[in-house]
Amino acid sequence: MPALPLDEAGKYVAGAYVVFLGLILVYVAIIAAKIARIGREIAELAEEDQ
Amino acid sequence: MYSKGLVPLAWATAVTLTAAMALVFFYAPLDADQGFVQKIFYVHVPMAIVALGGFVAGGIMAIKHLRSGDRSWDMRSYVAIHVSIILGLGVLVTGAIWAKAAWGHWWVWDEPVLVSFLIVFLLYCVYYPLRFSIEDPDRQARYSSVFAITAGAFVPLNFIAVRLAESFTHPRVLSQTGGSLPGDMRFTFIVSIAGMALLFVTLWKLELTAKQASMQLKKLRNRARAAA
Repeated sequence: MPALPLDEAGKYVAGAYVVFLGLILVYVAIIAAKIARIGREIAELAEEDQ
Repeated sequence: MYSKGLVPLAWATAVTLTAAMALVFFYAPLDADQGFVQKIFYVHVPMAIVALGGFVAGGIMAIKHLRSGDRSWDMRSYVAIHVSIILGLGVLVTGAIWAKAAWGHWWVWDEPVLVSFLIVFLLYCVYYPLRFSIEDPDRQARYSSVFAITAGAFVPLNFIAVRLAESFTHPRVLSQTGGSLPGDMRFTFIVSIAGMALLFVTLWKLELTAKQASMQLKKLRNRARAAA
């Protein structure tokens, strides 16, 4: 197949990089939410302890 | 323990990935054959290499677990496999996007590289039901380690088999003869691999930090319950 023109190829390239960044952002957001929840639970435990 | 050095590592990852993207779009020349679509390779191939490396690393950590009996190695192995699965998903999706742009099809079943990567990916998808179907923590760790070692050994075998297979459709980025990349493309590719490897280690450490904090919280709760 001949190489796609820039305007047509651009959407595929953008799509691939958006998929990569999206995956990483979703993953980091999930882990960050998990860490935030742990932090809240530790604070609750500390309150109960006092 | 795992959070040590995480912030500088995250910064190094961000800088290297940003540099890689800048090189991809402003430094590396357009491929004479594929044109602009070839830029997908700078994210797709490093992701594939790092994901496969992560699976092998998971196997090596599992060996350490079985040899030492230290369950922290099982946790490291599990997280390495988990991060590799996520990267593997990215490899399949970006590969499909490239295939559509280059070949006109989202997926080609007679291409050994694509199908073998899918087999590896699906093999590791089995790791989760296997791991979480076992309740006893020691057995869970042991069985998961055996799986991680077996599947980890399969990865290089699979890679060699695909390399030996005759294929004229899937481009070779790196080969024994130096590959088909000219100097500036090769440099960009190496920086992309370095960025992806750093990203893997950062995500691995991040998830291990979260897991360790979660386990410590569980211990604290149990202690508080016992004290009450």
